[in-house]
Amino acid sequence: MPDPEARKVIELGYGGNERLVMNMGPQHPSAHGVFRAILTLEGETVVAVDAVIGYLHRCHEKLAETLTYVQYPSIASKTDYVAAMTAELAYVAAVEKVGKIEVPKRAQYLRVIAAELQRVASHCLWLGTWCLDMGGALGGGATVFLYTIREREMVLDLFEMLTGARLLYGFHQIGGVRYDLPAGWAQKCRETVALIEKRVDEYEAMLEDNAFFLVRTQGVGVISSALAQDVGVAGPLIRGSGIDYDVRRADPYSSYEDFDFKVPVETAGDCYARYRVRMVEFRESIKIVRQVLDGLPEGPISSRPGVKSVGQVRVPKGEAYTRVEGARGEIGCHVIADGGPKPYRMKWRGASFSNLSVLPHIIPGCKIADVVAIMGSVDPVFGEVDR
Amino acid sequence: MATVIAAFILLNAVIGMVTYVTLLERKFAARMQSRIGPYYVGRPHGWLQPIADALKLMMKEDVVPATADRWVYNLAPIAFLIPCILIFATIPFAPGLGLVDLNIGVLFFLAVSALEIVGLFMGGWGSNNKYALLSAMRAVNQIISYDLPFIFTALVPVVLTGSLKMSAIVAAQQHLWFIAYPVLGQLAFVAFVVATLAAENRVPFDILEAESELVAGFRVEYSGMKFALIQLGEYAHMLATSFLGALLFLGGWLGPGPAALGPLWFLLKALLVFLLVTWVRWSFVRIRVDQILGISWKLLLPASVLLLLASAFVVAGGIGAA
Repeated sequence: MPDPEARKVIELGYGGNERLVMNMGPQHPSAHGVFRAILTLEGETVVAVDAVIGYLHRCHEKLAETLTYVQYPSIASKTDYVAAMTAELAYVAAVEKVGKIEVPKRAQYLRVIAAELQRVASHCLWLGTWCLDMGGALGGGATVFLYTIREREMVLDLFEMLTGARLLYGFHQIGGVRYDLPAGWAQKCRETVALIEKRVDEYEAMLEDNAFFLVRTQGVGVISSALAQDVGVAGPLIRGSGIDYDVRRADPYSSYEDFDFKVPVETAGDCYARYRVRMVEFRESIKIVRQVLDGLPEGPISSRPGVKSVGQVRVPKGEAYTRVEGARGEIGCHVIADGGPKPYRMKWRGASFSNLSVLPHIIPGCKIADVVAIMGSVDPVFGEVDR
Repeated sequence: MATVIAAFILLNAVIGMVTYVTLLERKFAARMQSRIGPYYVGRPHGWLQPIADALKLMMKEDVVPATADRWVYNLAPIAFLIPCILIFATIPFAPGLGLVDLNIGVLFFLAVSALEIVGLFMGGWGSNNKYALLSAMRAVNQIISYDLPFIFTALVPVVLTGSLKMSAIVAAQQHLWFIAYPVLGQLAFVAFVVATLAAENRVPFDILEAESELVAGFRVEYSGMKFALIQLGEYAHMLATSFLGALLFLGGWLGPGPAALGPLWFLLKALLVFLLVTWVRWSFVRIRVDQILGISWKLLLPASVLLLLASAFVVAGGIGAA
């Protein structure tokens, strides 16, 4: 919370040697992964924060240069391992754009259904861990976490039926998708989303009638719309700060223009606004899933024949940048191809990375307890930040 | 000699109860969270789990941080545990069934239970850990803010009775439990439960422990049996406060059936208060330290003072003279 008094304190440099430097992380119960925040405290108030990232750096971009177009999509899912489907989608979309490879309509629809279910699963985990941060592993937060993880498991069951995997899917391939819907999947999917829709109402009833939840989130961690644009945050953060921007509508990909959905926008810019945006996104994603299931065209699921060797897919020389709307915001992928079976260079634009860079602007002046609430509301996944 | 034996029995009974109260809480929380809870250690329903936990903690390596203030660090769990156990001494479980029925029983309870802060602060300071130190600072803040409303609300039944003696307070509820007093009783009980939550450091007021911010607060450096002692003290305090709540507001051992059932009624009521606290714990998120202090000084303290004054007027006006 940008408490004006605290800001004055920072500017005056009051306190001098009464400051305490405290590490939050890299191993900390509320760091979602390995993130180190070096906090400078004056009593309970945080006056400065120094963010240290890179603990989970795995050379993803270099890795992409050494792996072929067939191999890398399964690795791309390891950048954002909480929402693996959209990370894969960003990579294959970029390669398809370089190679001008057509994607059949059915495959596009299947990509949309995977991405939207992934958004629901990712938001489930976000809500649970965020409440865990605020309410504690030994309190009401744990209750919300166990409820949401139950729903996430149901979505993962759907993915398991579809791809055989629960975390890293390898569902997308250049030119389409790898698997078609198994028998009975559509029915199970409808039942699952209907149940989740009902459960989202329950979460709202549990949290929004809860005065303690409201005082912890309202007015905390305000990102003004100017700051949001300056820093370049995306996804639920920028929509929580009053800017109506969603890649799915601003730059439709994979037939998103066929579906009717609402982009939620809140103007407050605080943790509660980001929460509200994501709660509406739950419902909008479910709406899109239903539309896809209703309008799923027949046809092939890939424009390319099944691959027999890893070096089989080649794209001509060229470069392209594509972006998709992931659960955490805009995921960009820039691929430079040199005509061979591997890209010459690949660059990720991680949504979490851009979103995380807003922290030093909003944390000073907060209390320690707000740091975890704000970090949770940003929803970073450190696989995607560090890559 | 008889007192020593009685104290020994009481001590063991308390420790036994406290151990099983943890199982009760875990089962209750599991129900709320659509889980099963402890199950495999001792079928059915993990009834041996508390024993297994205690044994495990006894066998754990005792790690003392190299830079800790050894004396303070080692004494803290004991300094924390003693007041938490000692408060059971004045609780009568039935007429004449208690260690001592002091004529200042309630005062003794409140005074001794406030002493636990010494152990808390010793642990936070002695660990030489920044998280623990912050937690100790929060502890002092919070206990000072919440012991006042806690005492004031506990004094409402005292004023209505006109005695600090616990058995006298129960006797005064023969016809009407204090919680059934119109308006005054219910408000006082709610204020009492809120103050209890804070005095026991339970969610939503568990800023001392705050494992998502301060990892585990003042006990972050404790392991093995020292950790077990702190845990034991915390639950003993919670149970004692539940007994106090049952005694002050819910009529203690009064209930239908023969007088021999008294202790059972008392235990049931105390567990009811305990479950109420647990219910709150597993449904709320923690609030911030400044908000906690705000609630105490701006809302709870004035409200409890008003309640106390109101009960004084009731007594003076002879309205509630039962």
